[in-house]
Formats: sequence, C-alpha cells, structure tokens
Amino acid sequence: MTIQQIVFIVFALIITAGGVGVLVQRNPLYSAFSLILSFIGLAAMYILMGAQFLGVIQIVVYAGAIMVLFVFVIMLLNVRDDELHPDRHKYLLYIGVPLGLGLIAEVFYVVTRVQIAPAITDMHATGTVGTVERIGVGLLTEYLLPFEATSVLILMAVIGAMHLAKREKE
Amino acid sequence: MLICTALSLLPKETSGEYGPIAGYVPVVLLLLIAIAFPVAALAAGRLVRRKVETPEKQIPYECGVDPISDSKDRFSVRYYMIAMLFLVFDVETIFLFPWAVIYDKLGVFGLVEILIFLGILVVGYYYAWRKGALNWV
Amino acid sequence: MPLLLFSQPFMDSPLIPLIIEWSLKIFFIFGGLMTALAYLTWFERRVLAYIQMRLGPNRVGPAGLLQPLADGIKFIFKEDIVPLDADKFLYTLAPIMSLVPALTCYVLLPFGDKFVMPGLNREIPLHITHVNVGVLAIFALTGMGVYGIVLAGYASNNKYSLMGGLRSSAQMVSYELAMVMSIIGVLLQAGSLDLVEICKHQAGWFGMQWHLFTYPPTGIIGFFIFLIAMVAETNRVPFDLPEAETELVAGFHTEYSSMKFAMFFIAEYANMVTASAMATILFLGGWMGPFVDQFPLLGPVYFTAKVGFFLFLYVWLRGTLPRYRYDQLMNLGWKFLLPLSLVNLVLTATIALFFM
Repeated sequence: MTIQQIVFIVFALIITAGGVGVLVQRNPLYSAFSLILSFIGLAAMYILMGAQFLGVIQIVVYAGAIMVLFVFVIMLLNVRDDELHPDRHKYLLYIGVPLGLGLIAEVFYVVTRVQIAPAITDMHATGTVGTVERIGVGLLTEYLLPFEATSVLILMAVIGAMHLAKREKE
Repeated sequence: MLICTALSLLPKETSGEYGPIAGYVPVVLLLLIAIAFPVAALAAGRLVRRKVETPEKQIPYECGVDPISDSKDRFSVRYYMIAMLFLVFDVETIFLFPWAVIYDKLGVFGLVEILIFLGILVVGYYYAWRKGALNWV
Repeated sequence: MPLLLFSQPFMDSPLIPLIIEWSLKIFFIFGGLMTALAYLTWFERRVLAYIQMRLGPNRVGPAGLLQPLADGIKFIFKEDIVPLDADKFLYTLAPIMSLVPALTCYVLLPFGDKFVMPGLNREIPLHITHVNVGVLAIFALTGMGVYGIVLAGYASNNKYSLMGGLRSSAQMVSYELAMVMSIIGVLLQAGSLDLVEICKHQAGWFGMQWHLFTYPPTGIIGFFIFLIAMVAETNRVPFDLPEAETELVAGFHTEYSSMKFAMFFIAEYANMVTASAMATILFLGGWMGPFVDQFPLLGPVYFTAKVGFFLFLYVWLRGTLPRYRYDQLMNLGWKFLLPLSLVNLVLTATIALFFM
C-alpha cells in the first residue's frame, strides 16, 4: 500500500464515521457536529486531489457558515431528546433500506463501469490544477456568465431569507 | 481562446521545493498536536486533583439565585437572521478571492465584471436594510 | 485521479530531512507559542495595572515573572465542576473545539524569509509551510472557533452561558464579513493568497510598499476596518459583549473552571496573536524591515515587534474604552463597516487599474 492510499483510507474513514454519526445520533446537535467532521474529511479529500481552493472553501462555507446556521436553527427549535419519537417512523425503514441499497449499487456501477476521463496530467503533476489563480481565470473568462448569474442567485437567497424569517415576526 | 491567453499569463507555481499538496502535511501534524495538547492537559488534571461534589456546587450559577425554569430558553429570531445573512454574504466574499488574485491580468474587464457582480448584490443588501433585517432591537 | 500528496517535486527533494525540519520547526513554534501565550497574560495584567495606576502581579518571582507558571499550576489543581444536567460530552468538547483551530493556525504564519544554516549547508525557510490558499486557510480555521463558544453556551445548562454563546457567535460571523472584505484590496495588490508572497510583495521602499500606505487612502481605511473587525472577532474590549460581566456573569464560560477554563483563555490569547500576525502580514509588511535582506534572521525580530505592537494595542484598548451596547455593535458591523469596506474595495480596484 502506498502512502497515498493510507492517507486516503484515513480520511475516507473520517468522512464515513461522520456520515454514520449524523444518522445514528439522537440529539440533533450531535448530528450537526458529526456532519462538520464529515465536511472536514471531505475538504482534506479535495486537497489530496489537488483542488486546494475547493477544499478550503468546503471548510469556510460548509463547515463554517452553513453549519452555524444549522446549529442556530437546532438551538432555536430546541427539540428535546424526549420529544423525539424516532420509533413512530418505523415504516421509513422499509423504504429507506431498499433505496440505500439501490444507491450503493448505483455508486458501484459508476465506479467500476463508467469510463473516467483521463486526468490533465501535467497540471496534476505540478498540483496547479486547483489553485486560486486557475479557478479565477476559469471563473472570470470562460465561465463568466455563470459567475454573474451566481450573484443573481445570491440576491434571490437574500430575499428568500428575509421572507422566511420575517413571516414569524408579523 | 480567451482562457488560453489568460492561462499563459499565470505566474509560475511558487510552492518551493516540495509538492504543493505536501505543504498541507505540517498542517495535519500541528492539528494532531493541537488535539493531543488539551486532551493531555485534561487527563493530567484529572489525575492530580480532588473532586468533592456537593449539590450546591453543581447548581448553574445565575447570580446566586437558584435557577428558575429551563436553561434552554427560546431566543430571538434575530440570531437566525444574522446566520442566514452571513451565509449569503460569505458566499459572495468567497467569489471575490479568485477575482482579486488575477485582477492585474484582467484590467478594465475585471473591474466591469466585479461592478456588475457587486451591483446586483448591493441591491440585495439594500433590500435587507430597508426590510429592517439589519436592525437589532 | 492521482492523489497529489507526494507528487514529483516532493520526491526529488530528500524526504527525511524535510520531515525532520518540519517536526523541529513545529516543536519550536509550539513551545515558543505556549510560553508566549502564558507571558501574554502577565503582560496584559502588568500593562493594564500601569494604565490604572496600580502595580499588577509582582510578587511571584522578579517583577512577577513566575506568575504565569503559578497560574498554570493552580489551573491544573483546581476542581473541575460540571454543572447539574449539563451535557457532559459537549461540555468537555467545547474548550477543545475552541482551542484546536486557534493553535493550528500557527503552522501557516510566515515569520521570516529563508536563511542558510551554517554547517548544514541547507536553506531553511523561516516559516513552517505555505500553501496557495493561505489567507483562506487561516479564515477557515478561525471560523471553526465559533463552534467551541456556541457549544460551551449550549452545554453548560445556564441561561447566561447560552446568551453569551449566541451573542458571541453572531458577533463573530457579522464582523468576519467586514474583515474579509477589507483584505480583498490587499490581495488584489499582492495577486496571491499565499502569505509568504503577500509579505514579499511589500518589500523595499523603506516600508512605503506596505499595504497600509499603498493607494492612499484605501490602504489606511482597509487597515482600520481590519483592526476593528479583528478586535470584535476575538471578543475583546470594547466588543467583549459575550462576557459582559454586568449583564451575563461571564458569558459562555460562566460554568467553566479549572483546566477547561484555562483552555478558553489560551484560545482567546492564541486568537489575539493570530489576528495580530494577520494584521502584520497583510498591512505592515510581515517580517520586512531595514537590513532584512542582508540578515534574514532579523525577520522574526521585526515580525515579533510588529505583532507585539498589536498586542499592546489590545491591552491599551482594554484599559481605555468602555463596552459597546449589543445593538450598537451589530449596527457598526452591518451598517457601517460592511458598506464601507465594499466602497473601499471598489475604490482600490479603480485606483489599481491606473497604476498596475
């Protein structure tokens, strides 16, 4: 086994452990923190693949910003352990397990059967594929329209957020 | 075409004598030490100190008065608003980083691009202000 | 897709010396940092005392220099009280979660250029590591510090703790925006997120190349926005609302005692040093100073001096200013600093267009 594989497996285990934690924890706050652990592992995985910018953004936006919102919402709703009745939704088990198995089969098919495009080797060898400069060039030249459209998307998010939170006040 | 010319203008990789990703190895090393340090400190403290538990000592301190009602009280929806607005504007600032780094290559074009980008967002900011989402009280 | 941990350039350089070098540097930085943080408490108490015409701790050792050691021993031996009905696991996790990211930041901070070790004939860079996305990596790590505080508030089973934790996290996220916006102008000039590159970009011209002075007045405006935001980010006076003792006992760490309290304390000081170091690197030229080209070992000296200036500023502010009210604090962040930094950014970009 090479060093790469060992590092990969370590972070894969962290991600999986976080994911399992989200599902099995009774307290939603514990679930949220499991998810953060999972995100951090995911960021490490991005960085391992050379996507440095993406990896750090994963932490800043997902683990840093989105999870703050999640934690606030969990605390705002203040759901107690004893108010939760997970047993009531037993029937979900019969839907969830087949769907989960289906997903695993799908992933297995994609990993084993689908042809993966060859990596851009020279960029990968030097590790410059995911640098912020490279992202910037792509974002502001070839993908300019999606970039500008993102700002409209963010604008919509602001307006949506206003309406969601304001309704409760009035 | 545009992307090719822009790519040729990129600076050479500057990460020194080791691979750029290997630069993250010390980060993980220090992270492990930083985790080990508080754990060791807590364990050491546990070994040496005494623990005498009395019911009075364990009551949450609320200015000397015994706590009334549950501590997990409901709190203002404001905090939720702040978190949501932060999330939105945080995503916006993230987009500014790649732009800033290659700004000197983009020139006037870059300025116009970002003015459009920020202009649309200022509308959102103004809207939030007018709606009173930025008011605290 | 290949994994890039040990790509070709890494294999070219000898592996074992590199790992030894990293380990030694981490050892020295970590040890030096812990000592520095301990003495920062002494420094703060002494300076604060002199501001208030007192003497401060001067009994333990000469000029009270052994005071941090005494405090440390006391912290270990003090009883660790967990409040009734507190969530024990989260209660223990909270101080760890606020300390770990605060300490991990230091691996990314450059404190000098490189020098050739006499006898070894090996060029040693005066930073542990530097990565392409350095600035963002620091923000990613400091951003994780919020959770320790929220958790502490939640797990303590105390109303004041909860309020303090919430206030603190809302304050930190609010000022993070203005902080990030204010440094975009700097990054735009340096053309890199790599902290070493940002420092090198400010070399020469007797400090006139520092981002504080470039493109006036945008550099100075950006610097002051950063300064205010960094004080607010670290929850220090005049923005120490999370632990406003007149309102919230001690905020999120009301229920904490012993080593766990010490950890919050260390984390706060570690964050102060990180913020000061970031201000130094981004606006005051990092390790740059006279004769640093000829004698690279002067770099860490200049760097420490500049960071020390900011740390003194922290204490000075604490000794001078009264506390903000929470709504004023939020207004300042969202309605003044954020739009100002936005305008400043556009101004910087416009001026830069004519000079680049």
